[in-house]
Amino acid sequence: MTSTALVPEPLPSWRRYFGFSTDAKVIGIQYIVVAFFFFLIAGLLAMIIRGELLTPASDLVDRTVYNGLYTMHGTIMLFLFTFPVLNGLNNLLIPPMIGAPDMAFPRLNAVAFWMVPVFGFLLIASFFVPSGPATSGWWSYPPVSLQNPLGQLINGEFLWVLAVALSGISSILGAVNFVTTILRMRAPGMGFFRMPVFCWTALAAQTLQLIGLPALTGGAVMLLMDLTLGTSFYRPEGGGDPVLYQHFFWFYSHPAVYVIILPAFGIFSELFPVYSRKPLFGYVYVAVASFIIVGLGLVVWVHHIFPSVAQWMRNLFMVTTMLIAVPTGVKVFAWLGTMWRGKIKLTTPMLFCIGGLINFVFAGITGVMLATVPVDIHVSNTYFVVGHFHYVIYGAAVMGIFAAIYHWFPKFTGRMPYEGLGKLHFVLTFLGANLNFLPMHPLGLMGMPRRVSSYDPEFAFWNVLASLGAFLLGVSIIPFLLNMISSWVRGPRANHNPWNAIGLEWLLPSPPPEDNFGDHVPTVISRPYGYGKDEPLVEHQAEIERALTLAEATR
Amino acid sequence: MSSSSPLSRPGSFSLIALALWIGLMVAISVWMAGQAQHWLPVQASNAAPLVDGLFRFETGVGSFVFLGVVSVVAWTLLVHRAEKYDESDAEPIEGNTRLEVIWTVIPLVLVMAIAWYAIQVNTKLGVLGPMEHIHPRNAQEELGGYLGDRLPAEQVEVIARQWSWEFRYPGRNVSSTELHLELDRPVTFRLVSEDVLHGFYIPAFRLKQDVIPGRAINFNLTPTRVGRYRLRDSQFSGTWFAANQADVVVESADDHASWLKQGAAAPLQSGLSPAVGEYADRQARGPAGWPTVVPAPPPQVNVPGSNSLPHDA
Repeated sequence: MTSTALVPEPLPSWRRYFGFSTDAKVIGIQYIVVAFFFFLIAGLLAMIIRGELLTPASDLVDRTVYNGLYTMHGTIMLFLFTFPVLNGLNNLLIPPMIGAPDMAFPRLNAVAFWMVPVFGFLLIASFFVPSGPATSGWWSYPPVSLQNPLGQLINGEFLWVLAVALSGISSILGAVNFVTTILRMRAPGMGFFRMPVFCWTALAAQTLQLIGLPALTGGAVMLLMDLTLGTSFYRPEGGGDPVLYQHFFWFYSHPAVYVIILPAFGIFSELFPVYSRKPLFGYVYVAVASFIIVGLGLVVWVHHIFPSVAQWMRNLFMVTTMLIAVPTGVKVFAWLGTMWRGKIKLTTPMLFCIGGLINFVFAGITGVMLATVPVDIHVSNTYFVVGHFHYVIYGAAVMGIFAAIYHWFPKFTGRMPYEGLGKLHFVLTFLGANLNFLPMHPLGLMGMPRRVSSYDPEFAFWNVLASLGAFLLGVSIIPFLLNMISSWVRGPRANHNPWNAIGLEWLLPSPPPEDNFGDHVPTVISRPYGYGKDEPLVEHQAEIERALTLAEATR
Repeated sequence: MSSSSPLSRPGSFSLIALALWIGLMVAISVWMAGQAQHWLPVQASNAAPLVDGLFRFETGVGSFVFLGVVSVVAWTLLVHRAEKYDESDAEPIEGNTRLEVIWTVIPLVLVMAIAWYAIQVNTKLGVLGPMEHIHPRNAQEELGGYLGDRLPAEQVEVIARQWSWEFRYPGRNVSSTELHLELDRPVTFRLVSEDVLHGFYIPAFRLKQDVIPGRAINFNLTPTRVGRYRLRDSQFSGTWFAANQADVVVESADDHASWLKQGAAAPLQSGLSPAVGEYADRQARGPAGWPTVVPAPPPQVNVPGSNSLPHDA
């Protein structure tokens, strides 16, 4: 953090991405690349799962293998793809967006990142221990998760719990860092209501991590003790309560869904204004709605376990769950309001935003159905739920993540991604996701339980469609990888603001210097998203932009 | 944030077009609500019509919301696209307080109305019976029979295992691995698990209850349609979770009485347990997959029944 000049640095050597760096921009890219490595692994597991489900019989892999595959698919996708990729975006975007030179605790930041490959290795290693990997689903409900047929100390479930606990610690370290950075390191003049919505949603999501993760981590430690030391927190034969674990687990793991979807909301709120050339409709309300979601998100967890709790809890948690539809609806309507009468440009990031918006609305409707207890009792633990949350996670959150990657790629690599490949990626992703996840809803309504390695023949038709969709999704990742690699290596040079966007990060060279604005942090004088208003975001904006343009012309 | 520019007054032609479009969306939503019944299995319990009514209502409302959002997106993509080479910004509308209040209040009223409807259904379901009663499973109770014996409902003890379902008819000396129920007669199940969590789920009845080791759970329902249905384990229970299914036969009072009578006379024999057979095959084939919990031996029952006959749902 010594350079203070406002000139673009030479493109950084690729070697720094392989070492222990405390630069948030390096860590951000490390997070994202590692996350996509695990995304490919977990995606491959999904292909095998869908291969098994092409036919009713259990005929592709052994049932134990199937159970290990679906357990690891969910675990890796959540703990090694979704959370790390979002933390990568947080690292890349938060400091430049608020004008900070780096994260508040750069070394802590690096430690949080390097825990990811460590617990990733533990999880992958569990495929190679004699017991095989954990096979009881990403919920890992006891007592089935405590059954250890080989009786060895080092078993798949042991490694799984260890990895989840480490992931929790890594996420807590990250959350401390993000919250502190946002609260303490904003540019002069950037009050909370001049902060970009992505930072609002990051703050909300990371607050949830701080509140919720201790419950999961504590619950996981008790599971580890039951498994390894013979305690009986959850073992019924020793007087323990297996349902207690479900409360610990969902007290965090429902908010975890908001940890995932809130940043996607932030990305949509950043991108719709840029590609509609209009201010975000109702900025203050959209920003505040994130924290309403946090408050409500903490009191809905029992809706995951309606079939195992008493009736009075069911009605109570149904009402809180239904209320969440209101602040999320506010956000959806705000994006529609932003597009309305705009000048819309269908770039790759915008296409991913629109696709994500439509998928999210669908997921919200099935979410309200799931919130109502009588319907939930019928479809809980069926493919209806699997379809619902894949619409949320893949249909909305991952689409948002792709939108963000295409949108901010030029900023952090200095190169433009290719539009043609990007649009191909979008079309394949949107079709693949819908073909994969829509058929899961009729399956669930018909009564097909989730997590099954075989099923009755009447479910075959929709399962074949879903499997074809999954294979299409697998293909969809090819243009993405081609695009990322080829445009990073030899894509056209990007200027400091290729999308003509408003935001502090677009007043930095592409890629930004290591300490971003250094000592020359501009003073923010207006709200974000001032499209069409002809008022500068910061003091001396014209001079800053002239200097950047000049430097680009002479490079 | 009411600093928006005055919205231009729509002409009467566009108002009529909008009204027609909304009418069309309502019609499609009503049609979807009717279709929704066909996505569900046949109704075979008195709970099913209530649950299905709520689901049809939600499908109708949900279809309308989805079509509405997609219509707005489609409209903006048709009408509000930037011209080629137009790099200018649009009119800076920052918000509209009245609109924001409207789109907070309407969803709030809507979801609370759905919640109210759902609570009504819940209450009715509770009166009908399927409100479970959980109590610790203790030895005294196991010896002393059931409090529920004085009720007119038929008593069935359901024992879930890795991986089989066993049904006992106390006082009748009948046990089976196929669940037989009398049409239109309330039944009280006593759900217990010998090992891990299981889910007692009969899709045609729209009912599901987790079976929790260490607890005995009373659970009531009334079957309303003669036929053969599937009972599926719905809470992941290990290696042969998917194969842990049993058939449920709903039959007339006469058929049920004669089934019980024949069952009581039949000798004990091995009941159905597909997991046991698959495990034996797996052992015979040599090492495959990862280590597994060994399936519990097939329960010794009077009537094994079948799990390969065609089922209605």
